[in-house]
Amino acid sequence: MSYERSIFVDPSRCIACGACVAACRECDDHRGKSMMNLDFIDRAATTAALPTVCMHCEDPFAPCAEVCPVDAILRTEDGVVQSPDPSRCIGCTNCVNACPWGVPKFDPVEQLAYKCNLCYDRTAVGLAPMCATVCPSDALFYGTAAEVAAARPSRAVIDVFSFGDQELQTGNQYVVPAELAGSVLPLISPP
Amino acid sequence: MSRRRFQMPTPPGVDEFHSAGGDAAGMWATHRPDEELVATHCSFCGVQCGMHLRVSEGEVIGVEPRFDTHNRGKLCPKGVSAYQQISHPDRLTHPLVRDADGLRRATWDEALDRVVDGITRIQAAHGRDAVATYGGASLVTEKTYVLGKFARLALGTRQADYNGRMCMVSAGAANYASFGVDRTPNPISDLAHADTAIVLGANVPETFPIFIRHYWELLDRGGTLIVVDPRETTLARVAALHLALRPGTDAALLLAMLHEIIARDLVDTDFVEAHTVGFDAVAASVADWTPERAAEICGLRAADITEAAVRFGTAERAMINHARGIEQQVMGARNAMACINLCLATGNIGRPGAGYGTITGQGNGQGGREHGQKCDQLPGQRSIEDPEARAHVAAVWGVDPDEIPGRGDPIFKQLDLMEAGEIRGVLNICSNPIVSWPDEQRTRRLLSGLDLYAVIDIFLSESALLADVVLPGSAWAESEGVVANSDALVCKINKAVDPPGEARDDIWILCELARRLGRGQHFPYRGAADVFEELRRASAGGKADYAGITYERLETEGPIAWPCPSTDHPGTPRMFTDHRFFFPDGRARFNVVEYEPPAEEPDADYPLRLTTGRTVAHYLSGNQTRRLGYLVEQAPRPWVEVHPSTAAALGIRDGDSVRVESRRGESVLPAKVVATIRPDTVFIPYHWASPVAANTLTISRFDPTSWIPAFKTAACRLSRVDGPAPEPSRPPVPGLATTASDRVAVAPSTPAPPTTVPASPTEPRGPSA
Repeated sequence: MSYERSIFVDPSRCIACGACVAACRECDDHRGKSMMNLDFIDRAATTAALPTVCMHCEDPFAPCAEVCPVDAILRTEDGVVQSPDPSRCIGCTNCVNACPWGVPKFDPVEQLAYKCNLCYDRTAVGLAPMCATVCPSDALFYGTAAEVAAARPSRAVIDVFSFGDQELQTGNQYVVPAELAGSVLPLISPP
Repeated sequence: MSRRRFQMPTPPGVDEFHSAGGDAAGMWATHRPDEELVATHCSFCGVQCGMHLRVSEGEVIGVEPRFDTHNRGKLCPKGVSAYQQISHPDRLTHPLVRDADGLRRATWDEALDRVVDGITRIQAAHGRDAVATYGGASLVTEKTYVLGKFARLALGTRQADYNGRMCMVSAGAANYASFGVDRTPNPISDLAHADTAIVLGANVPETFPIFIRHYWELLDRGGTLIVVDPRETTLARVAALHLALRPGTDAALLLAMLHEIIARDLVDTDFVEAHTVGFDAVAASVADWTPERAAEICGLRAADITEAAVRFGTAERAMINHARGIEQQVMGARNAMACINLCLATGNIGRPGAGYGTITGQGNGQGGREHGQKCDQLPGQRSIEDPEARAHVAAVWGVDPDEIPGRGDPIFKQLDLMEAGEIRGVLNICSNPIVSWPDEQRTRRLLSGLDLYAVIDIFLSESALLADVVLPGSAWAESEGVVANSDALVCKINKAVDPPGEARDDIWILCELARRLGRGQHFPYRGAADVFEELRRASAGGKADYAGITYERLETEGPIAWPCPSTDHPGTPRMFTDHRFFFPDGRARFNVVEYEPPAEEPDADYPLRLTTGRTVAHYLSGNQTRRLGYLVEQAPRPWVEVHPSTAAALGIRDGDSVRVESRRGESVLPAKVVATIRPDTVFIPYHWASPVAANTLTISRFDPTSWIPAFKTAACRLSRVDGPAPEPSRPPVPGLATTASDRVAVAPSTPAPPTTVPASPTEPRGPSA
């Protein structure tokens, strides 16, 4: 992780309130459009929910940026995978299709793609991103791994996930039960 | 992981972000160089999150989180969206009066004179008590104070009451009966110190999302959480024990828990003997409340009831919190008393992590019930029947004590007086009874039948549509004042902008009405600051003592919890730390609780239990939140939650249209088939008016002590219907659908989507502005 603080996603804490979605719409880069996803896992059976925020993938280098034919998506030295540069974006939706998390969104009217830039205007000056600032439940927490470990002793953090055979190491991290410490979290099982 | 999105039919088109007051995006600029941040608190629930309003060129253009002690910068979706109501295009910007064609634009002079003429005429013919005031607990405390004084001195009526009658009164009645003062004893942050916490009838994650943090602090420390709720809320999901009882049977559970605590010798006898009165009678009253008996009534396992009792009784520090779930029942006040009995029996009161708390719902849920807009109350939580209290307040007001009328009736008792023609005029501020009162058809009939129904509000609510006069008031960011949140923390609300158009500060409106009634000498206020100075003196020495709180202190020190009798007093975050209670002998009271079954039990015709409640996206009657873009997207319409086994038996699948019928009426709603509710119970969120209203179904039964409606318990039946369920009506706006025909119920077939202009069968009339 190349930046000091990151977002820690703890799905066990998500109360599905939608504050992250509402707050993301307030970002001055994309007001009225939310880059957050909030899903009930299986609402028929449970109220469990999952917020999905851009994980700012590190290794392999951000898939959304890799597939961009015009290099509109840049990753800054601090590890933030920036939103597509509107002066370059050609609206091909490659990034939308490539992202394993389903994060980039395509605006069919503007013919432009958007994605989370970790509230660069805020994080660059030491503030937390809007989603993690407002999250009532700390299901989205912005800070350091040491802070998470101190506050949630029975939990561990991980930043490597597998999608089938492909492993992916990310900038933002997941908070998981302690027994999963150091493991690779399989999000899509190998075929 | 299978990611299955819940499929619910959504209406075509919701408000565009920009139409709801949003500002255009400015790439890479979080803040405009010319903008100002105004520190204030949220307009919505009883948490009162700190926030900054972003103000530029006299407009509120956005929100910036603010780190206040009780929200730490956190906001829920309502808080994030709250600012969008300020410059909303639906705002009322000029007075409206009714003529033969419906509501039309009027000048302030004409509108105010209509109200004053109506009041004068009614009172001359039918007496002073024939006119009532009906206030709201989302108003800042200064406005509630002026309203209470307006009723008593300008109208001279004893009939003043407020919408906390649907919210905090059961808890308030229990607090008075047990502690002698109506305030939550322990701050909710005490959960961080508790070993065991029981939460009853409180969907905290949806109704007070910011408070969820304190439950995580409890769990992170290894504490035990017990949730009592017919539905598996996201809080119940993480509880050690989830008691999913039948709605309306909470008292049986609580009585059996006390039975078990006594039977297992878990009573703190030292505390009971030293600091309480009445334990023996209560112990005798629960002698035959075995867990088996309660389990039968509640639909629970007896072993779970015992486990809850043991975990509570053996904890070093235990807390009970509850909200409307156990309060909006005919047993409301008694349920709360039964909770307090448990705390007193185990000595859990007045210590960090050991105590009791009611989570108040409305923005000023605590402050709005303290300073005189309630039927039995004078400022400072004083009784209007107490001669000493009357003398004190009369001296502050500069009147003879005899000039202050006596105790009035709770609003739901007043409905019978409206029915009988004894109350003929109502001045209604900051409340929308059509959506919020039980039995919507009756509400429409009663409000339409009044000789004078005058409304002060910021949007044209469904109720204001029925009014004779509508006066455009001020939103929360358009005047200053204080609120007291769920923890009785007095917070300062600051003015960010002026009211739009011709809209005026609510305090100005009340003072102007008083002046035109010839009582202006008692209402010389230039603004909220003048009112607050008088309120401090009026509350001094009372239970809710604000004498030591000043605007300056709130600005520099942040929120202060009352009682605060002097300016060097730090406030009282936690009550009863010395185990002295607000009775002459200093002892808390045990109150015997007799169990009474729910207001309406299922039978062969109506075999299911209906319970109503809230959803995170909306606040109260939705008059504000049903107009705000994201919140409408998040919850565009109500639904009915049905358990899969019940749904299967009735041939209902997820997303089907379902007719829900009760003895009062019916609504057709999409079904949400979920295993997170009891099979014998269905749930509907209540924030909408007909044709999709929950309150066409609820019953006009009330708690005999607190007069809270039994929203949580009604009987109903379901049947599948073909075709789509009707869309919610668009929230009313001036100039559209304000004709006389609105005084009858909206046809259930009107297919108007919520946020486009309705293709109304009646042409829009009235003002064109």
